[in-house]
Amino acid sequence: MNKIYKHVIADIIRNRIVLFYTLILLLASLSVFSLEDTSSKGLLSMLNIILMIVPLVCLIFSTIYMYNSTEFIELLLSQPLQRNAIWWSLFIGLMTSLGLAFFVGAGIVILIFEPSFLGLMLVICGLLLTFIFTAIALLAAVLTKDKAKGIGLSIILWLFYAIIFDGIVLFMLFQWADYPIEKFMIFISMLNPIDLARILILMQMDVSALMGYTGAIFKDFFGTTGGIAISFTTLILWVMIPFMCSLRYFKKKDL
Amino acid sequence: MITHKTYLIVALLTTWFLPSAQASTWKVGKNERFTTLAHAIQHAQSGDSILVKKGVYHEHNLIVDKSLCIIGQGLPVLDGEGKYEVLSIKASQVTIQGFHIRNSGISSLKDLAGIKIYDAHHVQILNNLLTNSFFGIYVQYGKHCTIKNNRIIAYGIEEQQSGNGIHCWNSSFLQIQNNVIKGHRDGIYFEFVTHSIIKNNRSFRNLRYGLHFMFSNNDTYISNVFTNNGAGVAVMFSNHVNMFHNTFHQNWGDASYGILLKEISDGIIQGNHFTKNTTGIYLEGVSRVKMNRNTFSNNGWGLKIQASCQDMTIHHNNFLNNTFDVSTNGTLVLNNFNGNYWDKYDSYDLNRDQVGDIPFRPVSLFSVILEKNPTTLIMFRSFISALMDKTEKLIPSLTPEQLKDQFPLIKPVKL
Repeated sequence: MNKIYKHVIADIIRNRIVLFYTLILLLASLSVFSLEDTSSKGLLSMLNIILMIVPLVCLIFSTIYMYNSTEFIELLLSQPLQRNAIWWSLFIGLMTSLGLAFFVGAGIVILIFEPSFLGLMLVICGLLLTFIFTAIALLAAVLTKDKAKGIGLSIILWLFYAIIFDGIVLFMLFQWADYPIEKFMIFISMLNPIDLARILILMQMDVSALMGYTGAIFKDFFGTTGGIAISFTTLILWVMIPFMCSLRYFKKKDL
Repeated sequence: MITHKTYLIVALLTTWFLPSAQASTWKVGKNERFTTLAHAIQHAQSGDSILVKKGVYHEHNLIVDKSLCIIGQGLPVLDGEGKYEVLSIKASQVTIQGFHIRNSGISSLKDLAGIKIYDAHHVQILNNLLTNSFFGIYVQYGKHCTIKNNRIIAYGIEEQQSGNGIHCWNSSFLQIQNNVIKGHRDGIYFEFVTHSIIKNNRSFRNLRYGLHFMFSNNDTYISNVFTNNGAGVAVMFSNHVNMFHNTFHQNWGDASYGILLKEISDGIIQGNHFTKNTTGIYLEGVSRVKMNRNTFSNNGWGLKIQASCQDMTIHHNNFLNNTFDVSTNGTLVLNNFNGNYWDKYDSYDLNRDQVGDIPFRPVSLFSVILEKNPTTLIMFRSFISALMDKTEKLIPSLTPEQLKDQFPLIKPVKL
């Protein structure tokens, strides 16, 4: 397992795309923080990068990587190796390289310019989103044999989580404006990791506005230690469940 | 001729200093002539001084009905035992200085206070410490009174069981300076108080308002600090009120405002700082108030200005890092927002006159939506809400078209 993992990491680094991604993140984060006079505006730009760019890059890169290593996987399967170990090491290899890219490119810069709980929250959420969308990419790649379909599926998934889901939620909010749906909204937000990450960061970023009545309900949940713990558990489940599904599928898959 | 003049001057001087020569000083203390302050007040004449030595005095309700100067040495304690009003001042030209007044009675019928001034003028309350009072210092029908350097601390838990720190009713020409007020219902409360100056006070952690005034015209508030009060500061039904260089900080909650302005006219609000409040200023029915050189930073909402406000001029203010700069409840705009600095303004200044070339609309679509449907707060800062805001900036439909800054500043106003 260790050997496969090392090979995956070396392969990804030789690939240069991840290095390029790191560099782009580094450039973007350095420029947003040094161009604005207050760090808060920079944080807002970073929030958008974390919520939009990071999931997109992780999804697309991981999906394509999985398809490109089909032959490598087939080769490995001809050896006396467990399917479990192969899939795990591919996943961990992707997670570490993309996570490292995010941490070096954006995480360190955020922590330097905003050494607070808010900054830490941004970095942790960014890392978790990286892992989640890598796992989702694995699932998308294992579900379809056709490369174009798989990449298409992952793009649709990104569109769904980043934009369409929010549109649906906003529509629901207006349809049921007369009902007390605040607590239901907390549950709904658990169904989308991007939303969940955004709300967790929002709780730290816009404290003053959130002290209003409705805000107070969300604050009572997402602002407390228990709520934060539940949110992070949910985010970790968002990593585990798609990955476990893909693993189960991969084990039975006829290659 | 010269001798004549000298005689005249000597004669005048003697007549001037005659009363003071007759005034005497009485001492109160364990080993002094008087052991109780009540006794000393009984013996003293108007114009006398009473020196009170260190100690604890249980005097029930002390009534000062002569013009006396009562000075505590080493912070003597006057204890109301939770039953009585400690000091009732019913004469003019009284000075109370250097006492620790504690445990006044609680009664919602009688408005018991630590120190209460009844219908008097030129009373001075200086350097006292008031703890656990129902009302701290209460002035009714007072004129030209000075309340200075007092520390007024209560441990109120419920609004009903707690009075106001400095409560002034139907008074004028008051000077309230350098006091610290904490834990009362309202820090400073004014009703029908005119021509007064409130300066350098600190009012914090009060249950309701840090400062609350109604029907109080022609007053000036300078350099006060209002922090962490239950509902911020409320100002209602007054005109010609000026507020300079005050700080409104951390007033958090749905009904909590840096300042709540209701039915106010003809005032100046200048150089104040509004930081980390849920709402910096909430304005309703406000007219002809000039707001300039204020700083709104890190608030949930900088200004919540209702459509009932008119003829306001809001210029040279800095809006920094607020979640929402301005929100309103209608489309009617009768106020002037020109010439402020908005950190959310991201347009250009081609002719380099430090004024942006394109008007800025401080009301974002999302704040309008939020006003109608507060639960949408959970969608704030999502991609879709940013998209909607951008579209609205290009084609205003829901936000008030007229609410705009024609000359937004490129750089923050230096204060």
